[in-house]
Amino acid sequence: MESLPINFHQVALGRYQAKINTVSAEEMVLNLGPQHPSTHGVLRLELITDGEIVKEVIPHIGYLHRCFEKHGEALNYAQIIPYTDRMDYLASMNNNHAFVMGVERMLGIENDIPKRVEYIRVLVCELNRIASHLIAIGTYGIDIGAFTPFLWCFRDREHIMNMLEWASGARMLYNYIWVGGLFYDVPVGFEERCAEFVQYFKPKMQELNELLTDNQIFISRTANIGVLPLDVAINYGCSGPMLRGSGLKYDLRRVDEYSVYPELDFEIPYAKGEIGTVGDCWNRYKVRIDEIAESLKIIDQSVEKLTKEHKRTKEFDPRALVPKKTVPKAQDFYIRAENPKGEIGFYFIADGRSDKPFRVKSRGPSFCNLSVLPEISKGVMIADLVAIIGSLDIVLGEVDR
Amino acid sequence: MIFDRVKEILIEKFGEQVIVAEERDQKQPALVILPDLIAEACLLLRDHPDTWFDFLSCLTGIDYGVEQNKFGVVYHLSSIIKNHQIVLKVNLENDRALTNLPIFKSVSEVWKTAEWHEREAFDMVGIYFENHPDLRRILLPDDWQGFPLRKDYQNAEEYHNIKIEF
Repeated sequence: MESLPINFHQVALGRYQAKINTVSAEEMVLNLGPQHPSTHGVLRLELITDGEIVKEVIPHIGYLHRCFEKHGEALNYAQIIPYTDRMDYLASMNNNHAFVMGVERMLGIENDIPKRVEYIRVLVCELNRIASHLIAIGTYGIDIGAFTPFLWCFRDREHIMNMLEWASGARMLYNYIWVGGLFYDVPVGFEERCAEFVQYFKPKMQELNELLTDNQIFISRTANIGVLPLDVAINYGCSGPMLRGSGLKYDLRRVDEYSVYPELDFEIPYAKGEIGTVGDCWNRYKVRIDEIAESLKIIDQSVEKLTKEHKRTKEFDPRALVPKKTVPKAQDFYIRAENPKGEIGFYFIADGRSDKPFRVKSRGPSFCNLSVLPEISKGVMIADLVAIIGSLDIVLGEVDR
Repeated sequence: MIFDRVKEILIEKFGEQVIVAEERDQKQPALVILPDLIAEACLLLRDHPDTWFDFLSCLTGIDYGVEQNKFGVVYHLSSIIKNHQIVLKVNLENDRALTNLPIFKSVSEVWKTAEWHEREAFDMVGIYFENHPDLRRILLPDDWQGFPLRKDYQNAEEYHNIKIEF
């Protein structure tokens, strides 16, 4: 094995600086972000452009870095859950769910969780998935120049936010799903309100489709732009709507069959290329639209189960199984689950003595999805680059963690 | 079981020495590989028709603590086609000096996604990856001192004369 270069910090840094400093006379280095609205947060892209053509994209991330993993080593498992909220802050429930499932499996109590708890978890996760996709779609519209869908999406998302606030007490950062159970049972009338919401929301999706999905201007801006071939997507570790947008029917809810998803009836939408090419921006967008419809189906079924089979009873205590002290056996464990953005993973190392993890690493789907950006945006126009970034649907809270 | 098949494939190609240890009694069994062979082993497992590990789920750099003086990298591979997973680990002893980082082979040629994961491991834990195309810090500023996820890391008190308060 080679020995370590003495100036190992400088080698790659020097290569990067040389690239920036030696651009030719026709080329220009352009900074996009970190305070640019189309970068969806504090993402900074350094573009080497030739006129209007982007020759190379160099992403710089870390502006929102809090080092979740270092915090995790100092806190016990229950206390880490609020930190997972703040990773993908648009889909906190899904993060909670993945983290909690991992800890439960390490403790070996995953089969003891009452069905009602599992159904409530799935219900709130799917509500949150819709909310997250609505943001993705609305902000994507505004990136492209369509203002109305943005307002419509936020209007409908606000209903979901209100419902989840009603259940958990917080608008975005819920800390609702706990190890072994839930913070509280859902409030009385929650199930009915979910059913009402589904009824209200279905026609709204129809309107949104008419306004945006089949809009010729929108199609011209997104179809055949930023094509991500399937092999590249897999090699770059893309997951979620990115991978399905490239034409692969792959969803961890079906592959891993965690929680009560095997009992629910829903399809996995994937890109078929009705418009444009499989793997382009429009197809990624369409996968999200279709996923909302599937999530609505899941909500309907969960509500049905929660009002009939697993009804609210006086004796039911969602905290019955919450451990007083969470001390898993010495082991390491990797849990993965389907977040609205893709595969969220947590890797735990437990030493078997303390209630704090020795090491907890999170695999953010946005982090991996973003890493493909330089690959698919070589030679595109700057305006198309904005369309591509929007179609990745990244959340910088999760990229930087 | 895929675990035994992976072991067989690796031993067939590289000989007995490739498997340093195995952790079979875990919920997710892991193979500890000889660090020199990790990149070739990953390439073999990615392309072998029995394994097809085409997807690198997660790559973690680990500092095993001051007493052990051991650093490691953990690879969580998964196969989309075959729907199975395996955990590979590599470990190296190291004296924890900031000028003498543990050196592992980069797998970024095998899976491109490893490029950013390895940059993160370099940034946070201080693990050097040989043959990596662009090993800069990724989350922290380029001129940051030290590696925060090391167990003996002392919290920085100031950065460019700006006091860091907790």
